[in-house]
Amino acid sequence: MLDLLADFGRKGVEAFERLGRGHLLFLQILAGITSLLPRPGLLLTQIHSIGVRTVTIIVVSGLFVGMVLSLQGYYVLSQFAAEDSLGVMVAASLVRELGPVVTALLFAGRAGSALTAEIGLMKATEQLSGLEMMAVDPVRRILTPRFFAGFISMPLLAALFSAVGAIGGYFVGVGLLGVDEGAFWSQMQSKIDWNEDVINGVIKSLVFGVICTWIALFQGYDTVPTSAGVSRSTTRTVVHSALAVLVLDFVLTALMFGD
Amino acid sequence: MNTVPSLIKIRNLHFSRGDRSIFNGVDIDIPRGKVTAIMGPSGTGKTTLLKLIGGQLRPSQGTIEVDGQNVHELSRKALFELRMRMGMLFQTGALLTDLNVYDNVAYPLREHTNLPESMIRRLVLMKLEAVGLRGARDLMPSALSGGMARRVALSRAIALDPMMVMYDEPFTGQDPISMGVLAQLVRRLNDAAGLTSILVSHDVEETSSISDLVYVINGGKVIEQGTPKELADSTSASVRQFMSGLPDGPVGFHYEAPTLEEDLLSMRGGN
Amino acid sequence: MKMRQLEITVGAFMAAGLVALFFLAMQVSNLANITTSEGYEITARFDNIGGLKVRSPVSMAGVRIGRVVDIGYDQKSFEAVVTMLIEPDYNQIPEDTIAKIYTSGLLGEQYVGLDPGGSMESLEQGSEIMITQSALVLEEIIGQFLFSQAEENAMTQE
Repeated sequence: MLDLLADFGRKGVEAFERLGRGHLLFLQILAGITSLLPRPGLLLTQIHSIGVRTVTIIVVSGLFVGMVLSLQGYYVLSQFAAEDSLGVMVAASLVRELGPVVTALLFAGRAGSALTAEIGLMKATEQLSGLEMMAVDPVRRILTPRFFAGFISMPLLAALFSAVGAIGGYFVGVGLLGVDEGAFWSQMQSKIDWNEDVINGVIKSLVFGVICTWIALFQGYDTVPTSAGVSRSTTRTVVHSALAVLVLDFVLTALMFGD
Repeated sequence: MNTVPSLIKIRNLHFSRGDRSIFNGVDIDIPRGKVTAIMGPSGTGKTTLLKLIGGQLRPSQGTIEVDGQNVHELSRKALFELRMRMGMLFQTGALLTDLNVYDNVAYPLREHTNLPESMIRRLVLMKLEAVGLRGARDLMPSALSGGMARRVALSRAIALDPMMVMYDEPFTGQDPISMGVLAQLVRRLNDAAGLTSILVSHDVEETSSISDLVYVINGGKVIEQGTPKELADSTSASVRQFMSGLPDGPVGFHYEAPTLEEDLLSMRGGN
Repeated sequence: MKMRQLEITVGAFMAAGLVALFFLAMQVSNLANITTSEGYEITARFDNIGGLKVRSPVSMAGVRIGRVVDIGYDQKSFEAVVTMLIEPDYNQIPEDTIAKIYTSGLLGEQYVGLDPGGSMESLEQGSEIMITQSALVLEEIIGQFLFSQAEENAMTQE
């Protein structure tokens, strides 16, 4: 019993320790921006491997999410003879919630896990140590460009997701189910507000970009440098990111749309 | 031996990882311009010693002076400047896997100098020539054999013309030919470039053949030091066991455990 | 060469993201309409505005000519004061125009509809519409309907 309690306590202390290390790393990463500015090539390479390579999954998922939203929405709305509001429903769910959230979840699975594995393996193969011994700070040279690449990519990916989703919803709603095209777009335009809805969605995805990239980088940097350790960290990246995104989404939604 | 001034002075070094004590009062002097080997059985913290010298780890007690500077009292900036004058060859080579051989060797030059690309090219080709891999400059690290990767890493380690190079187990897992190649390379580079070399290894034969001075560590202490010849004639039981590779002796074959009978009996008692 | 390819793909990615944002701005949301914040403001007082909100449309003959920018409450007259921003092109609205609150569809949103009067004078910045008709509140209509039904029943039974 006492052992159990001691074990519990130790785990708690370790968790706080990890949290502290994570925050310190976050500050170090941010401080690295001074050395990133003279080397835009590093950022470009990382936007390519983090952002560009995630585009396919985002576009395909966005299209199908929009289509299914339209299909389901039509079913419900037609019961109230309110099919004209289909566009609003699709766009509001995409721009406010599904765009930022699903993009962040896909990002964690596609780019986050890859980041963790890459950095974990760099640690396991002593590449990070090697950089340090070459008098190169691995946080600045390896982590900072990846962090800002994630920060820049996430809102763009979320915007792509929402836009493609709206088009997918349009195909199904107008093309397949016969909703009036004018009503679809004009209702959408009159009800979706740029500041309230779109900008808040972009803010959400910026926050998710910071969180997901930070978790992925920290898990990689803090990994136990063995193959089991790297695989555990990769799993942890996906799980922690997903939880953080969903919890933060609730908090942000309550703050933004609360009143 | 004592006429040569020391580049590195380690005094009363203590270091422990968790509850396990790794160094327990180690004193080592590394003379300038020589090849110094640090030998000992696996798990005695030889790699840890290199990381302590490079300032990646902090000792719990004692000092390490490199070129007159106490490594662990330096500011971050001064430490980085000192590291630019240290080369280190990691056990696996630690090449950056997303860059090819040429860019790997050019990396420290691009990071720390403002040399024009034509100059960097000339330096990189010279360093690669020194390890005999000028022809492999376009290969990616994944296409290199273990021995070649280490030679590339070696040319990267000397890219900035450091005052010293630390070798972490350079011979482990190598076939006899590449082992010989590496050993010759270490010796030749040391003499040609006026380097100071620190060689961490448990490969007795190859190491003895190229080093000027050998320290043997075991149980967190230096148990013997001297030229390879002196060590071969040593009367100390531990040194003899290590140098001639006897399976049992002061360094036990068995991991620490209660006696076998006790263990077996306690199993039965437990049931 | 490899670097160039990288630059092109990253550039295309950034452009696609920005185009998506632009699409969200112009096609999905109301940014295209909101930018026209010029015009003149008029006010109207209603007994009950129902579900009217800030940014609800203001239309004339079914054409959108402006939007509601502010809704206040007058503590003395117990009336709602609705401020509307009318686009500058529509500057020929007669002074004795009637403002009514309509509902688009049975359960749709509410908007202000202006029915033109016959005056020669036009509304301008700061004018107040004097004749208004409040929103139809569903409960009241149903209440009235039930009441009149009951009355009819009572009459026929007599």
